[in-house]
Amino acid sequence: MTLPMESMYQQIILDHYKHPQHHGLPEDFDAEVHHVNPTCGDEVTLRVRIADGQIAELGWEGEGCSISQASTSVMSDLVAGKPIDDAMQLQEKFLGLMQSRGNSELTEADEDELEDAVAFEGVSKYPARVKCALLGWMAMKSAVAEAGWSGTDVKQTEKSGSQS
Amino acid sequence: MTLDVEAVRKDFPILSREVHGVPLVYLDSANTSQKPQVVLDTLTDFYAMHNANVARAVHTLGSEATNAFEDARDKVAAFINAANRDEVVFTKNSSEALNLIAYSISNATTFPGADQFRIGPGDEIVVTEMEHHSNIVPWQLLAQRTGATFRWLPIDDDGRLVDSSIDEIITERTKIVAFVHQSNALGTINPVSRIVARAKAVGALTVLDASQSAPHLPLDVQALDVDFVAFTGHKMYGPTGVGVLWGRYDLLAAMPPFLGGGEMIETVDMTGTTFAAPPHRFEAGTPMIAEAVGLGAAIDYLSALGMENVAAREHELVTYALEQLATIDGLTIIGPDVPVDRGATVAFTLAGIHPHDIAQLLDEQGIAVRAGHHCARPVCVRYGISATTRASFGIYTTTEEIDALVRGVTKVKEMFS
Repeated sequence: MTLPMESMYQQIILDHYKHPQHHGLPEDFDAEVHHVNPTCGDEVTLRVRIADGQIAELGWEGEGCSISQASTSVMSDLVAGKPIDDAMQLQEKFLGLMQSRGNSELTEADEDELEDAVAFEGVSKYPARVKCALLGWMAMKSAVAEAGWSGTDVKQTEKSGSQS
Repeated sequence: MTLDVEAVRKDFPILSREVHGVPLVYLDSANTSQKPQVVLDTLTDFYAMHNANVARAVHTLGSEATNAFEDARDKVAAFINAANRDEVVFTKNSSEALNLIAYSISNATTFPGADQFRIGPGDEIVVTEMEHHSNIVPWQLLAQRTGATFRWLPIDDDGRLVDSSIDEIITERTKIVAFVHQSNALGTINPVSRIVARAKAVGALTVLDASQSAPHLPLDVQALDVDFVAFTGHKMYGPTGVGVLWGRYDLLAAMPPFLGGGEMIETVDMTGTTFAAPPHRFEAGTPMIAEAVGLGAAIDYLSALGMENVAAREHELVTYALEQLATIDGLTIIGPDVPVDRGATVAFTLAGIHPHDIAQLLDEQGIAVRAGHHCARPVCVRYGISATTRASFGIYTTTEEIDALVRGVTKVKEMFS
């Protein structure tokens, strides 16, 4: 079946659903979170290890609709190995895209940054599905916070300092 | 006489619209039905020409509005073969009708002369595992308020009640048996006479949720022999905001009120109030006047088609749908997979594909179905699934639309393969 341009289900989404990235839970981790989306019954368990202000390792397992699972996969590809500040900025950007109710105005720079996550733009038109697309991103944000990162404040700086 | 589906379809303006550039295939009538032009015209005409409050204005408009509202009650009474028009109480929907009974019963604890409705510790309320949440939660809350025990009849692997449980679970301790006529999640039509016979043998009140049967089957409350029946207007081609509680007159006449307010009283003193006779005792405040009149128009429309014809047509549809859906590999019907004692609502799962993905992709092909637990979560829990996709039919559904569904589901499968 060929997908119409306006379909919520872009090929990238289906590819990630069929071949999820960073799938599996790493044994060495600082925090584990479990997030649920009651609308579809989607679930994701996600683990992170942070080091030197970066997401050193990230892995997840989950089940649910293709939007939730593919979005978690795309997110993992985007943030694993990245500085936490960059990951949080991306998270904010993706959240904004999802809250745009189909009226996002992405610049080319935004599209370059969001990479595969741009494929979820169509989801923003469907309020019932936005939570699916956000599930993995919210889990990542919680996990990073639980692992001890709290922005660019003193505590984090000290922690980073003591590790180096 | 058979149903002229093409003529029926012309009466529903929404069926001529497109969705995503293709003709709408509306297979979500169990969620809410579409409305024929005559119902829309009736609503407009009421507000344009006859609008006034009911049962209080002495002017001409007030008389016209009151007559239209009470005519609608007569139409409902005739439609369900009620012995007495005063047994028909207008509510906002089925949920309110069921809550009305549950709250009136707990109000009986302190209401003079309502001893027959009192329940408490040691008493039991029985529902089924296939109920809509609106026929579960009000009874759980009643059990909580009174100390009674909440129990249920289980369902088997085929989506039917476990027959032996009817005699086991409904016992001398049972005071209320509340059950669904046709399941919204499975399509199952329950054995009403079997359950009612057992309930009567133990002296329990019976409450039938007919939300999914009133639009599809001839409904005769006297033949069903239950004590209360609840159904809603918007699933039977009428407006939202109007539902019906039918109850045996002697029971309604003894039952304490649920909501207090205008029009439900006989006389009010600062030292106390006496209450109007049914149905007005249960209709506090200005009712849904235009909506009730609109429901009357929907009932006229259905009666002109003939409910026997509607039932026969929908039986053909579900027979066809079950045959066609069975040709799709990996598709499992959740509920009875044979067209016996089941209505034209078909829920299914597709191996490896989430129902929300199926419903969303069908929508992109113009096909409207529902996905989720259909406000009957215990059914999903029973079958160990998180959700189902549900196609539900009505008087305007065609076999071509069922073909479109089968093609649509097949395409979804291809995408995910």
